Amino acid sequence: MTTIDTDHAHVHAHMHPEVGEHAHPHDHGDPGAARGTVEMTHVHFRYPDGFEALGGVDLRLDPGEKVALVGPNGAGKSTLMLQINGTLQPSHGTVTVVGLPVGKTTIRRVRSEVGLVFQDPDDQLFSPTVFDDVAFGPLHMGLPDAEVHRRVEQALAAVGMRGFEHRLPHRMSLGQRKRVALATVLSMDPSILVFDEPSAGLDPRGRRELIGLLQGLTQTLLVSTHDMRLVAEVFPRTIVMDGGVIVADGATAQLLADQRLLEAHGLEAP
Amino acid sequence: MISLLPVGSAVAFIFAWLVLIACSATAGLGPFRLSRAAVVALPFTLAALPLIFTVHEQVIADLVLGPVHLTISSEGLRRFLTITAGSWLSVQIALLLAFTTPFHDLVDALRELHLPRILVSIISFMYRYIAVLGDEASRMLRARDARSAGAGRGTGGSLRWRATVTGRMVGSLFLRSYERSERIYAAMQARGFEGEFRHLGARRVGRSDLFALTVMLATFVLYEVLAFLWLPRL
Repeated sequence: MTTIDTDHAHVHAHMHPEVGEHAHPHDHGDPGAARGTVEMTHVHFRYPDGFEALGGVDLRLDPGEKVALVGPNGAGKSTLMLQINGTLQPSHGTVTVVGLPVGKTTIRRVRSEVGLVFQDPDDQLFSPTVFDDVAFGPLHMGLPDAEVHRRVEQALAAVGMRGFEHRLPHRMSLGQRKRVALATVLSMDPSILVFDEPSAGLDPRGRRELIGLLQGLTQTLLVSTHDMRLVAEVFPRTIVMDGGVIVADGATAQLLADQRLLEAHGLEAP
Repeated sequence: MISLLPVGSAVAFIFAWLVLIACSATAGLGPFRLSRAAVVALPFTLAALPLIFTVHEQVIADLVLGPVHLTISSEGLRRFLTITAGSWLSVQIALLLAFTTPFHDLVDALRELHLPRILVSIISFMYRYIAVLGDEASRMLRARDARSAGAGRGTGGSLRWRATVTGRMVGSLFLRSYERSERIYAAMQARGFEGEFRHLGARRVGRSDLFALTVMLATFVLYEVLAFLWLPRL
């Protein structure tokens, strides 16, 4: 928040040259040219009770990257994810999403670019029907009715839940609710998707379906999970967090082969 | 409408009941399902029971129970029966609505009737989360039972003990709900909510709806007039 204005130059200096190739075709010349990018620099975050959940995080996600975020409970994974859509804002450092520094003036745009899916679909699905819930995001983006209908249809089709529009969330299985939860953010057409523990509590079939879904997504993907098999299967890049800092960031295959690293941070190889 | 019928209008009540049976049958609920289900509301009419003894017109009997002297009046009895029949029928009407109309349609209707949006949202959230809350409560009860020695009903000891445990459970249910509400709010914010609910304008009150509403209200008024002026009463 405090450093918003100072960082434009900084962001552009760090922008990788290949970003332009992946960028959205109609978004030239404005911040949208960096669609799908996230950049965090020296992000510190302290909760009101004084607990420092993030102690200086530097992170860059490129468009279309699939990145797993692993680490023990309390490592700061959820806090980090909430920074990306501005729910929490750093006490120090900057978060830049699609080239925009996250702050009061950019928050609307940032939230429409970042689809955040919470762990418990009962938190995510708060409307009486599936349709209402998937329509919530587009409606609150101020889109016209016809477009909202189109978005809802597309999003439900993408997660294989067409025909469930008028079903009630509390009468569906956990796997179905998780898929609808994903649809609720896909309908906002975000370029970045952030998931908290998507595979927790799913039965094997639900898990397989989820993996298929994740593999098919083209958006930038940051997924926090304890499911190391999921990590190995879907994510080429893995970030290990512990104690509020990133302790390792690299190719999944290499990290998972590093027995000492995994043990030191309470993780196990798949 | 039912509660406005004059005291003792037995014929009007019976006719209304027949209409309800017809509605229930055409709605595919079976003719007497509503009538049976509405019986659960009857204990609440006990509140009207004192009427039998407190009205002092047309006394039909005197009861002397030790120092207590009660008079039973036929007028009081009529009023009591009217209230009982009226509430039984009203509950059936409410049930008919609930059985035949999806809840989100009711919520949409409330919104169209210009109930304040915040109230509509509260009702809609309540409906969505009552099952979640119920699940949480039953999980906690199960956990309590699993850790209470003994078997059968009222496991684990005295009423006082159970009351204590229940009190704590209510408290922790409240905390859990509070935390959930924070998470839900975060989820809403994450999807662009900025304090004002928006809704699709797809379902509007149309001309046919207004026509149906007018016909219905006219029928009600006519029925009331009939009941007051013409239909025989007890």
